[in-house]
Amino acid sequence: MMELTELIEKMVTGDKRSCARLITMVENDEEDAKNIIKAIHSRTGHAHVIGITGPPGAGKSTLTDKLVKQLIKDGKKVGIVAIDPTSPYSGGSILGDRIRMQDLALEKNVFIRSLGTRGYLGGLSRSTKDVVKVLDAYGADYIFIETVGVGQSEVDIIKTADSIVMVMVPGLGDDIQSIKAGIMEIGDIFVVNKSDLFGASRTATEINMMLDLNQNMDRRPPVVMVTANKNEGINELVEEIKKHTEYLIETGKLRERKHHNAKIEVVEMIETELRKIVIKHADSENKLDQKVDEILEKKKDVYEVRDEFLSVLNK
Amino acid sequence: MNRPIRVLIAKPGLDGHDRGAKLIARSLRDAGMEVIYTGLRQTPEQIVAAAIQEDVDVVGMSILSGAHNHLLPKVVDLLKAQGADDVLIIGGGVIPDDDIPALKSAGVDEVFTPGTATTTTIDYINTHIKRK
Repeated sequence: MMELTELIEKMVTGDKRSCARLITMVENDEEDAKNIIKAIHSRTGHAHVIGITGPPGAGKSTLTDKLVKQLIKDGKKVGIVAIDPTSPYSGGSILGDRIRMQDLALEKNVFIRSLGTRGYLGGLSRSTKDVVKVLDAYGADYIFIETVGVGQSEVDIIKTADSIVMVMVPGLGDDIQSIKAGIMEIGDIFVVNKSDLFGASRTATEINMMLDLNQNMDRRPPVVMVTANKNEGINELVEEIKKHTEYLIETGKLRERKHHNAKIEVVEMIETELRKIVIKHADSENKLDQKVDEILEKKKDVYEVRDEFLSVLNK
Repeated sequence: MNRPIRVLIAKPGLDGHDRGAKLIARSLRDAGMEVIYTGLRQTPEQIVAAAIQEDVDVVGMSILSGAHNHLLPKVVDLLKAQGADDVLIIGGGVIPDDDIPALKSAGVDEVFTPGTATTTTIDYINTHIKRK
């Protein structure tokens, strides 16, 4: 336990190695995670958390790189969590987002950490929330979460970020895409990246039309044209992020979001623990496999089996 | 502790050929490891900064330019200076056999030259990893 206290003390003074080690611990070990989060809890809540999301190849890493360079010019301290998919077969992964952020590795006020999804499907990894808390306690003013390249329904970032930047690029589909439910609904700020490509203005028009259809919004998200690799539009985007932050604070929505997200977090943690209890019971003496065979042999149906296992909770 | 082994794969120095690095990255991924790939033309300082922030168990460097005698020991020294002496350090690429003993005495744990089976590297990492 002493070791943990020491690591935390060193981390809050800005020691990157201690910060890295604590992140590893929250990522891997539940008992440690619990103690670390408990110990740093009072130090969290300072950072503004920005989710960078959008389809694969939209340029999320390059955009993050440019945004962060702009923010550190203003003396801000920044944490970056970059998430890439884990192989469903081997459990391994290739985490390659650092390639587009090479110059940031040596910046004193930047900490970049890559995470594999490790089987979690919502665009984040299971431990993303805890990693964000460590970076918050480390002293980051801004924390960027770059999701895995999301498709249409990986919207878990809304449970973790304060501001969501939705990165789109020209040429990904017809305009029906923009009125479907899913990721297009969750953006606080929309970016059309690679806006030097053919079709960029049409993409922006489609996003604008979708946003104008929604009459119930008390804030209409802006659409910003950016060409990240040429550093164009980055200042405008930083301004929009700041405006959104002010809006969240002034309207009390920041508090509302944080309340909502903390509530979801607790409920999800309860679900995880309940699941463990039931599965542990079900798995003992191969009961689960036996019952599954009974389902296949038509002796029982799935609801019956479910109820049998859930009955462990009534004891 | 049941966790994936984390490996940094880097290309130090000024050569632009990373097919071997990508091949080994992919092989380690298929062996269940988390591979952080940092891309081409990395300075020893950049490699060490990434290794520290990513808290890796292994740093693997692929080098074809001939600058291995300078760059690999530099990475070893910088890691040690940061107190990260529990990281396994391996080199790969075009490295003459004659240079290997000196690299090892400088603190590089193992060197794999062209033609090494990827399973050899995977087995080596699995059995020599320093951090529990």
